Amino acid sequence: MTQLTMTVNGKAVSGDVEGRTLLVNFLRDTLRLTGTHVGCDTSQCGACVVHVNGQAVKACTMLALEAEGAEVATIEGQADADGSLNAIQQAFQDHHGLQCGFCTPGMVMSAAALLKENPKPTEAEVRDYLEGNICRCTGYHNIVKAIMAASGQDVGAIAAE
Amino acid sequence: MYAFDFEKPGSIADAVAALKDEDAQALGGGQTLIPTLKQRLAMPSKLVSLTGISEMQGVCRGDDGAVCVGGATPHAVVAAEAGDYPALAALAAGIGDPAVRNRGTIGGSLANNDPAACYPAAALASAATIVTDHREIAADDYFQGMFTTALDEGEIVTEVRFPVPEKAAYMKFEQPASRFALVGVFVAKFADGVRVAVTGASEEGVFRWTEAEQALSGDFSAAALDGLSVPADGMIGDLHGSGAYRAHLVVVMTKRAVEAAA
Ligand SMILES: Cc1cc2nc3c(=O)[nH]c(=O)nc-3n(C[C@H](O)[C@H](O)[C@H](O)COP(=O)(O)OP(=O)(O)OC[C@H]3O[C@@H](n4cnc5c(N)ncnc54)[C@H](O)[C@@H]3O)c2cc1C
Ligand code: FES
Ligand code: FES
Repeated sequence: MTQLTMTVNGKAVSGDVEGRTLLVNFLRDTLRLTGTHVGCDTSQCGACVVHVNGQAVKACTMLALEAEGAEVATIEGQADADGSLNAIQQAFQDHHGLQCGFCTPGMVMSAAALLKENPKPTEAEVRDYLEGNICRCTGYHNIVKAIMAASGQDVGAIAAE
Repeated sequence: MYAFDFEKPGSIADAVAALKDEDAQALGGGQTLIPTLKQRLAMPSKLVSLTGISEMQGVCRGDDGAVCVGGATPHAVVAAEAGDYPALAALAAGIGDPAVRNRGTIGGSLANNDPAACYPAAALASAATIVTDHREIAADDYFQGMFTTALDEGEIVTEVRFPVPEKAAYMKFEQPASRFALVGVFVAKFADGVRVAVTGASEEGVFRWTEAEQALSGDFSAAALDGLSVPADGMIGDLHGSGAYRAHLVVVMTKRAVEAAA
């Protein structure tokens, strides 16, 4: 076991891990931050996307020890300071961007990474960025719409399909 | 995953030393190796992470004009910083998805030499030099068939040097589930001739299509490829496409790459 220390959602955390412990297991099992989901465990679905030093990564395909000293952000840290949903989360609710919600934490974290890089993406850019996030329920349309809306763009013209 | 120790050295020399231990293995971005370990297809005693080695990070321009990419540079950084070689930057920007590009590295891709990976096509078509901790290997000697390279046990890809062609483009026909190349073709036109490298198609891994190179060196246009074909023999056939289908796609994607480069 090795002592691992990092910052998660602004708080310093530490715990004992093995070499083979995945970042997602450290978050879910050690820190009990179970908002980050494991859908496929094979780096295909994106349900486990978190940010490490500001970059979207699949937490199921990164060793926990690789994040030693890193700033990690998970879905639990996305709400505003008063506990209300942030703009992306609120847009997912307003535009029905989720059904079962299993993919949603990864979708929100990917969307946050996209909007930081590209504050006003086109619909095609949103779809391209979500290449590694799979949703079994929504058909993506309202997810794309929610992200466009969260970026402050008019989505009136994007009709529901 | 079987249990293993983890080390994260800060220099190439320390990494080479750490890899001398029996059954130690290098870890790049882990986008291939971690899934392999999960399936228990490998049992290293120790993983030596290369991601903390600053001398293996980033993109720069060498004195000879080559674009040099550190062996542990993630695809997203190549996409953002290899603007001096636009076709290379575009190839990196098209690998997998954003999260894969933030972790996966050029050294890992070239060491793995997946028959459907993108970087091998860029390295071979550009006549790149693969620099390791103790030697330089020409791309023509480096790729030795599916998942096989000239690398010795414990040898680390520290840098890849890409001569910059006059014109170049990479065209990938994506396998829709994995996003790897069903067939990918990289065409590079240098002052002294054209090089064409094909990935995704052959059971031998990445290869140069020499007939197309000759035709294009005389006349760099898609029309110069009319009448050329690749034998379906030795092409990968699987549920995504037969050997004949892949052989056909090689010609189509080469034409598209020439058109995109011209
Ligand atoms: C969903 C998904 C989609 C993908 N799509 C594509 C695609 O479209 N095109 C494509 O080309 N690839 C694709 N990949 C593969 C991806 O590019 C990997 O990142 C890459 O193949 C391996 O790089 P890595 O740094 O993750 O290596 P790792 O997984 O860490 O290592 C792979 C192998 O290389 C060795 N190694 C690592 N670094 C070095 C080094 N510097 N020197 C020597 N040996 C080293 C390791 O020991 C291991 O054997 C995809 C992967 C995923 C998960
Ligand atoms: S659980 Fe990580 S990508 Fe699916
Ligand atoms: S809402 Fe159910 S998987 Fe996306």
